[in-house]
Amino acid sequence: MVKMKEDYKNKIRDYQPKPPYFMNCFKAFLIGGLICLCGQGIQNFYMNVFHFSEKDAGNPTVATLILISALLTGFGVYDKIGQFAGAGSAVPVTGFANSMTSAAIEHRSEGLVLGVATNMFKLAGSVIVFGVVAAYIVGMIRYFYGLAF
Amino acid sequence: MKKLKLTGKQTWQFENPLFIHSSGTAVGPKEAEGPLGQYFDIKHKELHCGEDNWELAERRLMEQAVEQCLTKGNKTKDDIDLFLAGDLLNQNVTANYVARHLSLPFLCMFGACSTSMETVAIGAALIDGGFASQVIAATSSHNATAERQFRYPTEYGGQKPDTATFTVTGSGAVLINKEVSNIKITSATIGKVADLGIKDPFDMGSAMAPAAADTIAQHLKDLNRTPDDYDLFLTGDLSGVGSPIVKELLKEEGYDVHDKHNDCGLMVYRPDQQVFAGGSGCGCSAVVTYAHIFNELKAGNLKRVFVVATGALLSPTMIQQKESIPTIAHGVVFERADGGVSS
Repeated sequence: MVKMKEDYKNKIRDYQPKPPYFMNCFKAFLIGGLICLCGQGIQNFYMNVFHFSEKDAGNPTVATLILISALLTGFGVYDKIGQFAGAGSAVPVTGFANSMTSAAIEHRSEGLVLGVATNMFKLAGSVIVFGVVAAYIVGMIRYFYGLAF
Repeated sequence: MKKLKLTGKQTWQFENPLFIHSSGTAVGPKEAEGPLGQYFDIKHKELHCGEDNWELAERRLMEQAVEQCLTKGNKTKDDIDLFLAGDLLNQNVTANYVARHLSLPFLCMFGACSTSMETVAIGAALIDGGFASQVIAATSSHNATAERQFRYPTEYGGQKPDTATFTVTGSGAVLINKEVSNIKITSATIGKVADLGIKDPFDMGSAMAPAAADTIAQHLKDLNRTPDDYDLFLTGDLSGVGSPIVKELLKEEGYDVHDKHNDCGLMVYRPDQQVFAGGSGCGCSAVVTYAHIFNELKAGNLKRVFVVATGALLSPTMIQQKESIPTIAHGVVFERADGGVSS
């Protein structure tokens, strides 16, 4: 019989609680959807009350969502939402704002420059880099496609 | 030629009677609300422990644990020959800065979450060898400092899996000497580093179980004993995932500890405290052992306990480089002794 030690990574699978994949997906869908619903509500608000066009309302909507997310992070609420929602709260722009705000709060003790400013992008940095690189590549593809056809 | 105190391959049997003279513990809010809350000396209502930042809070805990240890033992700093301490942070800053405050001869030690038993073992050995007569061994951990260093900012909305453990905010200190008390230190087993290829820093229980099993099995082999000779095998922080694994690993070696095993990570929190698989951190094994287990020994409910503190020797950089997690476990045997008054 194979001892546990000799096939450890496989044998311990029985002892590791299985992630509730279906429930996690459902919760992520629910919260992610709710956040987008709120975003839509905010956009409608800007369009109807401040008479922005649909296109112009985009920026203030995102800014408002970022503000709410930053406040919830500061109040210690966002991490509890994150534990429940997983990707549902991490993927929308609110997750991005949370990653920056939480890092900024955490490194306050090291001062404004080397602490807050330097570490603010610790988690968000990779998102920015890959976002910009992806946009560049897609932009290039689109440009050359446009030239060719 | 004098008899070697090394028995077998990894176990030290102390020649002189060595005792735990006193102990001190200081914990944060979650631990104070846990099942062992009433046994801790100092309990903080807030994670900052009255300080401006997390690192200062952890330092405060260790300072308070040492202070309590001295006060309860009717000793002052001037009575102490040596301070042994360690923690989880880079360069062991908590231990170093507390040592600065105490101004005692100091040896800094790093064993991750195995530091509690590592410091006690070394302290006992140094007294047994005549290099000191009063030694304080201390260790600490803090949930926020550990999260900040090893994982994510405390307010980050990342989702932790059920295999994750929750770093204990707490510090424990003990005073070891030859003055007779109710708790005797009879032997210690120094662990070897184990690594069976686990790479997930959110499941350290699985990574540490082999080290704990290795140390316990070697201890029993070295002393030619069986699990029946002990009342309790207490691991440090294998928690919910690692505990059943260590029992299974030991069973395969021929040692059945099923009804004699418990884990500090499972004892320090209630299941409804949202701590995933249980507690972890240097402070975990320290506060549970020094507060609760010592009480049980003094009361006579336990007669011989093998406390095996388990440590995961990883760093965030190693994880990012896709390295696996090396782990280690050090154990100390505490026995009920008659006579003497200890606190």
